[in-house]
Amino acid sequence: MGEFKDIAHLIRLAGVFLLGLVLFLVVRSVTIPKSFGQYGPFRGAALVELSSRPLAFAGHEACEICHPDVAALKAKGVHKSINCESCHGPLSKHADDPGNFKPVLPDVAQLCIRCHSENIAKPAGFPQVNAKDHSSGQTCNTCHKPHSPSFDAGDKK
Amino acid sequence: MMLNRRQILLLLPAAAVAWDFVLADNPAGSPNYKMSDHWWGMLVDITKCIGCGSCVRACALENDVPEGYFRTWVERYHVSDWHIENPQVDSPKGGMDGFPPGKTEGGKNFFVPKMCNHCVDSPCSQVCPVGATFHTPDGVVLVDYEYCLGCRYCIQACPYGCRFFHPKKHTADKCTLCYHRITKGLTTACCEACPTGARQLADLKNPNDPIHAFLKTHSVQVLKPHLATGSKLYYNSLDGSVR
Amino acid sequence: MEGFMYPNEVELQWSILIVLYPFLTGLVAGAFILASLERVFRVEEVKPTYRLALLTALAFLIVAPLPLQLHLGHPERSLEMYLTPHRASAMAMFGFVYLWYLMAVLVVEIWLDYRRDIVRLAESSRGLKGLLYRALTLGSYNISPAALRIDDRVGWIITLIGIPSAFLLHGYVGFIFGSVKANPWWSTPLMPVVFLFSAMVSGIALVLLMYMVTCAMRRVAIDMRCLDTIAKFLFYTFVIDFSLEMLDLIHRIYESDESFRSLDFMVHTRLFYSQILMQIFLGTLAPLALLSLTQLISFAAAARRRIYAISAVLTMVGIFAMRWNVVIGGQLFSKSFLGYTTYKVDFVTREGLLSAVALMILPFAILYVLIKILPPWQEEHPVVAEAHGDD
Repeated sequence: MGEFKDIAHLIRLAGVFLLGLVLFLVVRSVTIPKSFGQYGPFRGAALVELSSRPLAFAGHEACEICHPDVAALKAKGVHKSINCESCHGPLSKHADDPGNFKPVLPDVAQLCIRCHSENIAKPAGFPQVNAKDHSSGQTCNTCHKPHSPSFDAGDKK
Repeated sequence: MMLNRRQILLLLPAAAVAWDFVLADNPAGSPNYKMSDHWWGMLVDITKCIGCGSCVRACALENDVPEGYFRTWVERYHVSDWHIENPQVDSPKGGMDGFPPGKTEGGKNFFVPKMCNHCVDSPCSQVCPVGATFHTPDGVVLVDYEYCLGCRYCIQACPYGCRFFHPKKHTADKCTLCYHRITKGLTTACCEACPTGARQLADLKNPNDPIHAFLKTHSVQVLKPHLATGSKLYYNSLDGSVR
Repeated sequence: MEGFMYPNEVELQWSILIVLYPFLTGLVAGAFILASLERVFRVEEVKPTYRLALLTALAFLIVAPLPLQLHLGHPERSLEMYLTPHRASAMAMFGFVYLWYLMAVLVVEIWLDYRRDIVRLAESSRGLKGLLYRALTLGSYNISPAALRIDDRVGWIITLIGIPSAFLLHGYVGFIFGSVKANPWWSTPLMPVVFLFSAMVSGIALVLLMYMVTCAMRRVAIDMRCLDTIAKFLFYTFVIDFSLEMLDLIHRIYESDESFRSLDFMVHTRLFYSQILMQIFLGTLAPLALLSLTQLISFAAAARRRIYAISAVLTMVGIFAMRWNVVIGGQLFSKSFLGYTTYKVDFVTREGLLSAVALMILPFAILYVLIKILPPWQEEHPVVAEAHGDD
C-alpha cells in the first residue's frame, strides 16, 4: 500500500467520479421512456398519441351516407368537387350523433363571397363577381342554389 | 448474453408490449392501417388555388391551432413584369379570411398555399437534441408534445417557416399532415375543405394514387430545392419568384 | 414588421438569454485559455492571474446553463438531453460537453491546484467552514512533496486536455448556428472559429479587468509585467478575431448571393447601432487602436493601465454586441428575403432584460464566494472588501 500513499487522493477522486457514473446509468435506465427507439430515435408511444386526436371534420363520405339525395344533386352541378364540410364547417359531432348536434347553416352572404369575390390573383376562368354590381345587395341564394348553383343545369328559381 | 431468471422476468412483459407494436406496424390501432404501406406527400396545384382560405380555417378548426399561428397559410404573389427576384407578397392573417381585392395594374398574380413539406431529409428533425421531432415510417414529420423541451432549434432550422412555438403547450408545433385522419383512411382537413382540389393528399407508395400520373405529365417543383431537404410538398406551376 | 415575412416568423424564437449564453461560455473558454498559457505554455508572466482565471471560469460556468433553463418551454424535461441525446444534433452535445468540462476539467484542475491550501484550511478551520474544507479533501490529507509533484503532473495533463475541451465547449455553440442551412446569416463554416476567437478575446479581457479590480480591492500593486503580457495576448487574439470577421464580411459582399441584399439592408437599418457602432467601431476598432498604440509607443504604467482597462471594457461590450448581432440579427430578417421584423425586449418576463441583467451579475457574486472559500492569493489575511467588482 506504500506506493499508493501519494496517489490515494486521486484514487478517491476517481471513486467519486465512478459513483457519479453509476448513479447516472441507474437513473437513465429508470427514466428513459419504454417505447423510445421502437420505430426510430423517438418515443414510439407518441405515434399512438398523435393518431388518437378526435376528428373535427367527418369527411364527405360520412355525409353521403345519410344525405345521398344532396350528394346526388351536387354531383350533377359545378360544385360537384366541393366537399360538404367545405361550406358547412366541421361536422364530425353531427355525424356521430345527428339527433343531438344540429349543424348551423352557414351565412350565405359571407360564405359565397369568400370564393367568388373578384380578386386579381384568382385563376382566369374561375367564376368571380363583384358582389355589389352582381346582385345589388341581394343574397346569393336568391337566384343560385348552393348545391347546384349553375343555371345551365336547368335549376333556375 | 446469458440472462438470469430474474432478468428474464423483468424483461418479458416490456418485450411483449413492444413486440405487439412492432408486429402491428400500426400505432394508430386503426383497422387495416400499416405504416409500411404508405409514404405520404402532398400535391398543390397553383393553377387551381383561389385564395379562399378554407384550408387555413379548416386546419385551425381540426387541430386547435392557436390564433396568430399557422400550420398552413396562403400567400398572394404579385410579380410585376420581369422582376422575378422582387415579388410583392402578402398574407393577411395567413389568408384565413381570404384576400382583399389587390392591385389591378399589370404583372402576374397568384396564390401559393404553404405548409410543412414533410421533408425526407428534414433539417428540423436533424437538429432536435432529444428526438422530440421525428419521421414516422410512413413519411410524416411529427412533434412529440410530451417530450419536446421547447428549445426551438427546430423552428430555427426549418427553411420554410412552417413551425411555431405553441403558446399554451410550450412546445414546437406544426402541420401533422392530419396524422390522426390519414391513418384512418380520411384525407387531411385542408384537402377536405379545399373547394377547387388545389390541395391533394398523395400516397407515393400507392400505385393507384393519381399523383404518379400527375408527376409524369406536369411540371412540378418544390420550394428551395438548393437546400436538398427532400421536400414531399410538390407544386404544380410554381413560379420562379416564389420564396 | 416590414415587407413580407412567413406568418410564423414574425415573433422571435431566441431571446436575449440566448445571446447571453454564448457570451457566458465564451468568457469561460477565454479565461481558461489564459490560465492554460501559464500552465502548459510556460508563460510565467501571467502566473499572478492563474488561479483567478480558473475561479472566474468556474463562476461563469456555473451560471451558464441558467439562461438556457429560463428559455426552455419545458425546463423540467432537460434531463432528456442526457437520456436520449439525438446524436445528429449539435445541441445534444451540450449536456455532455458541459458536464465533462465542469467536472473532469475545471473542478479537477482547481482541486488539484488548491489541494495543499484545502488541507491546511481543513486542519485550521472550525465549524461549517471546517466541515466544507474537510469534505473537499475527500478524506486525504497527504500534501507531501511527492504527492504534490504528482498533483502537478496530473494537473498539467488536465490542463492540456482542457484546452481542446474549452474549444469544444464554445466551438459547438458556433456550430449550432453555423450548421443551420436555412439561415444564411448563420450558415458559414467560419462560425465556430469566429465564436471561439471572440470568446478568447472576451475571456482575456475579463481576466485582465478582474485582475485590476481585485488588486485595487486588496490594495496591492499590479504586476505590470503580468498586465502587459495579458494585454499583448489580448491584442494578438483580437487581430485574429478581427481578420476572421472581416473575411466573412468581404466574402459575403463579394459573392453577393440571394441573401445578400436583404442582409445588407438589415445591417444598415435594424443592426446599425448594435453592429456598426457598437460591435465594429466601439467594440473592435477602438480597442484595437488603443492596444496597438501601447504596442508601438511606450506609455507610463499608469497610462497603460487606463488604456488597458478602457480597451477591456470596450472589448467586452463589443463581444456582447457580436453575440447579439448573430443571434438576434439572424431572426430579424425573413427567410423569404422580403421582409424584416423587430425584437422588443421585455423587462420583467422570464426572458426579459431583468433576467439577463441578473444573470450577468450572478457570476460575480459566485466568484466573490469562491474567492472567499479558495483564496487565489498567498496572503495571511486576504482582504474581504464590502463591494465586489463588476464591470
